[in-house]
Amino acid sequence: MAKLKVPVSPDDHVQGSDNAEVTLVEYGDYECHDCGLAYSIVKQVQKHFGTRLRFVFRNFPLTKVHPHAESAAETAEFAGAHKKFWEMHDLLFEKQDRLGDAFFSELAGKLELSPAELNQALESNKFAARVRAEFSDGVRSGVNRTPTFFLNGDRYDGPVEFTDLVSAIDKAVATARHP
Amino acid sequence: MFSLSELLGKPVILAFYPADFSPTCGDQIGLYNEVLPEFQKFGAELLGISVDGPWCHAAFAKARNLHFRLLSDFEPKGAVARQYGVYRAADGISERALFVIGKDGVITWSYLSPIRENPGADGILEALENLPK
Repeated sequence: MAKLKVPVSPDDHVQGSDNAEVTLVEYGDYECHDCGLAYSIVKQVQKHFGTRLRFVFRNFPLTKVHPHAESAAETAEFAGAHKKFWEMHDLLFEKQDRLGDAFFSELAGKLELSPAELNQALESNKFAARVRAEFSDGVRSGVNRTPTFFLNGDRYDGPVEFTDLVSAIDKAVATARHP
Repeated sequence: MFSLSELLGKPVILAFYPADFSPTCGDQIGLYNEVLPEFQKFGAELLGISVDGPWCHAAFAKARNLHFRLLSDFEPKGAVARQYGVYRAADGISERALFVIGKDGVITWSYLSPIRENPGADGILEALENLPK
């Protein structure tokens, strides 16, 4: 089974406590339709498990088929540099059909970030190296589609549906308690 | 006609896949297209191969913005796949199978994937790393 090669670190974008019993890592693409569906499922799953679950999002933009995926990822990282990663992450997934430079500027304004600074960051590819590094590490860990999830370091190959994810997480909790 | 001997001197990744035009997000060929720069770091050439005809390949490559060569194992159908032992005669398509071939033309690594599963690129990258320098 494919294993997460790069452990969760302080550099990651993390929701939830470091003491959570289960860590769910997603490799995703803001322009990918399936990732958009997964976005709301993950929200429900997080609500269901509360503090028992830690969630991490890493970039895996499929740039050759999704023209806005790379700049969307860099926009989220730009917001992250201003401690607003998750706000931007959510806004991007909620309006996937609007992705594009004008919309990224609009979102920056909405989050009280400077659209001019964002444009400059996108033009200079300021966050491209980080996005590429996450993509590259993802490939090494066996990411083979978007979204790809890892549960406590093991790739989750089941359906990305609420009930399937919940039961897989329940199982991971049980294993963590009684290895 | 294309011969692998044309690529002697550089590592080759030969990726047999069942058919052009499978769904995008989970698509193996689309993934490899994205990972291409990582393969190129090893000086490796990626070749996709299926029983689809050249016109189908051309349409597929255009639709998916592919930046590597697709070979057509079309006539006689599946002849190359048979030579590599990865032809599914009952289905008339090849397996999903990967081969890494060293600079000297010798296969150093291979992987036969379950046909519905995208094998990813981690195995290929590891095999490229393990090639003699």
